[in-house]
Amino acid sequence: MTEPLSRPKRKDPLKKTRIPLLPQGTRSRTALGLTAAAAEGRFQLQVCGDCAAVVYPPRDACPRCLSASLPFCDVDNRGTLLAETTIRTSTDVYFRERMPWRIGTVLLDAGPAIVAHLHGDLREGERTRLELKLDKSGQAIVIALPARDTPNMADDPQWRELTCDPKYRRVLVTDGRTAVGQAMAEALSQAGASIVFVGVADPWKPFPGEERLRKLERVEIVVLDLTDTISVNECAGEFAPRVDILVNTAEHVRTGGIVERKGLTVAREELEVRYLGLMRIAQAFGPVLRARGADGINSAAAFVNLVSVFALASWPAYGAFSATEAACLSAAQSLRAELRPGGVKVVNVFFGPLETEWYQAVPPPKLAPSALGRAVVQALRQGLEDVFVGDIAEDIRARLAVNPKALERELGS
Amino acid sequence: MAGPRKASPRMPYDGVVVGAPVSIPYRRYSTNTAHWWVGRAVREVVQRAGLRSSDIDGFSLSSFTVGPDTAIGLTQHLGLSPRWLDHVPLGGASGVVALRRAARAVQCGDAELVVCVAGDTNQVDSFRRMLSTFSRFAQDAVYPYGSGGPNASFALITRNYMMRYGATREDFGKICVAQRDNALHFPHALMKKKLTLDEYLGARPISDPIHLFDCVMPCAGAEAFVVCKEDVARSLGLPAARLLATVERHNAFPDDPIQYRGGWAMDIGELYAMAAVTPDDVDFVQTYDDYPVICMMQMEDLGFCGKGEGPDFVRSHTLTADGSFPHNTSGGQLSVGQAGAAGGFLGLVETVRQLTGEALGATVPDAKVGLASGFGMINYDRGLASGAALLAGGQA
Repeated sequence: MTEPLSRPKRKDPLKKTRIPLLPQGTRSRTALGLTAAAAEGRFQLQVCGDCAAVVYPPRDACPRCLSASLPFCDVDNRGTLLAETTIRTSTDVYFRERMPWRIGTVLLDAGPAIVAHLHGDLREGERTRLELKLDKSGQAIVIALPARDTPNMADDPQWRELTCDPKYRRVLVTDGRTAVGQAMAEALSQAGASIVFVGVADPWKPFPGEERLRKLERVEIVVLDLTDTISVNECAGEFAPRVDILVNTAEHVRTGGIVERKGLTVAREELEVRYLGLMRIAQAFGPVLRARGADGINSAAAFVNLVSVFALASWPAYGAFSATEAACLSAAQSLRAELRPGGVKVVNVFFGPLETEWYQAVPPPKLAPSALGRAVVQALRQGLEDVFVGDIAEDIRARLAVNPKALERELGS
Repeated sequence: MAGPRKASPRMPYDGVVVGAPVSIPYRRYSTNTAHWWVGRAVREVVQRAGLRSSDIDGFSLSSFTVGPDTAIGLTQHLGLSPRWLDHVPLGGASGVVALRRAARAVQCGDAELVVCVAGDTNQVDSFRRMLSTFSRFAQDAVYPYGSGGPNASFALITRNYMMRYGATREDFGKICVAQRDNALHFPHALMKKKLTLDEYLGARPISDPIHLFDCVMPCAGAEAFVVCKEDVARSLGLPAARLLATVERHNAFPDDPIQYRGGWAMDIGELYAMAAVTPDDVDFVQTYDDYPVICMMQMEDLGFCGKGEGPDFVRSHTLTADGSFPHNTSGGQLSVGQAGAAGGFLGLVETVRQLTGEALGATVPDAKVGLASGFGMINYDRGLASGAALLAGGQA
């Protein structure tokens, strides 16, 4: 039985903040196939294209038939925990300060024996399901979970090292004026965040949904204008040490391609809100997040980017918008590398057209902001890095994987 | 499961002998390099055998810490000009493997006098660095899992063996305590204090069920021996042991989900047949003892008892040098220390000493036939390499 977490006490400001340490993140190139699967929450292992053997650890030749065809494929994740050990001494500084640490040998029904981290509720001899997760170094590891969910299982310390669970964490939602920002605040409050700061530019100006937002439990509106460097820096100065999860909900959606736009005014606004807004936030909050990656139960955990799926492939009907989103995605990839030394995840949440005013003329399926909010909470609880929310986003993801050129033509017709 | 293909009978090692058993006293930490340790061992071999460096025409090296060099770099470093050269990076199996390769070279005339040496240094941080980059599988699939090193890997093997065959910590403790008794007579052992079963059982846990005295102490050291023909040894006045038989096997039983047997189990018939002896003829055994569970596995897989009978076998024997089953007579790595690849030579060098009447510590009375086995290279979840050699003392 997992002991439920208790609400962390207010931190003694004189106490040293522990330097975030990382487990070893070096992997062979082939093993990065596991990292790709873990980033999206899939359980994939190499499966031999010739003899169908399931192969682990990752190899470059099949140990049964020597085939070089070893693609990563979805595999049944069930198995049995054959033996376990509790490690009490380690040569590694990251694990040393997290001892004791349990690992075990799991015989997967699909074939191979896998040495895995163990969830606290799993016992020797029991059935288990394996999941691939990203550890603090950003690389994939395997964790063995009880076959069925157990009470408070998300509070297990070895599991919580791998996730960004909002429970007892403090969140900043950067823009509460939008339906998405409000849905995000509500979802995170419901997920057990100890407080949700919601940024609003010029809060004296009323906005739709304001009344409801102000009534949400554990929600506090703070002054934050993403287009104003001074405002962002002031907000960070006051709140950055108390932000464990940052969700950038900045939005700027306008129709039109490159030629259609006729001038740069709207494009500049777009970049100001989205790309430069992201940079302002990252520069102001990033260093504090990165320094607080190992700061106890409410350590800094995640920087969440809401990004249009058209960042991955331009939708010419919203062509200039797509280009700005692509810039934000590229910046997020850089940010991911820059925050990794603190063990802080950058979570990119891709979505298609929303059920909001700016997508008025777009036919369904469209995504409700509340669904996006729930997906972000789920991604944080699962420790994912790339999330595709809704039918359109999943469809674009699938088509992109098969044939990017075909997708380019199809989106442009 | 398909057994090994019926092999054609192997050519005997007629007239091949092993002599000049050398152990350079170990140190817990050393500021010297592996090259220094290897150099000291070669020098002592040369002095013991009354050789000049130029007489060495075969050289075999085993070392984890000699990088970026390999055996070839050491020829220039040590001023050797061998016509036969080998590098055996097989850790705990390196002694047996180096020996059997050198034996064939000598037998066929490719070399007359092969010096086999294993040496490693141990600097304050070198063990940690070696663990994290030991193998690709270790880097990808072991080290990120708690970084418990071999203690954690062998904890899983030990735990599984205990559940499967009913071995207890007392059984493993009996092995460790007997080895410590042997080590108290061995001048080079790093462990100088008597160990009681209560102390063994009360030691702090390292990675359950592995406790402190189940673990070897990494250290610096070197071991060496000479392989040549009997007439060469005689002309040098060098006491030597005859090589009767060897086996070697890698990645045996890959489908066992957790290792409970080693490669010996595949080849044991061949080992005894080649030597024309039976386990009953063996006067002492030096198993590879990185952890006591591996000793017990070897007692089974080398034919001294059946699979799963290891715990009873240990309970029914005394394991000291003067006991009913003399085992790891110098104290083994568990009490002498594990000097990297030299740990793979320790049992073999001690075997030669016992058979040539050169024992430094406890002596096995009337020892005529000895067995030394090797085991090593935890690439992922199990030791991959195994080997064994039977040697005999006295004249042919």
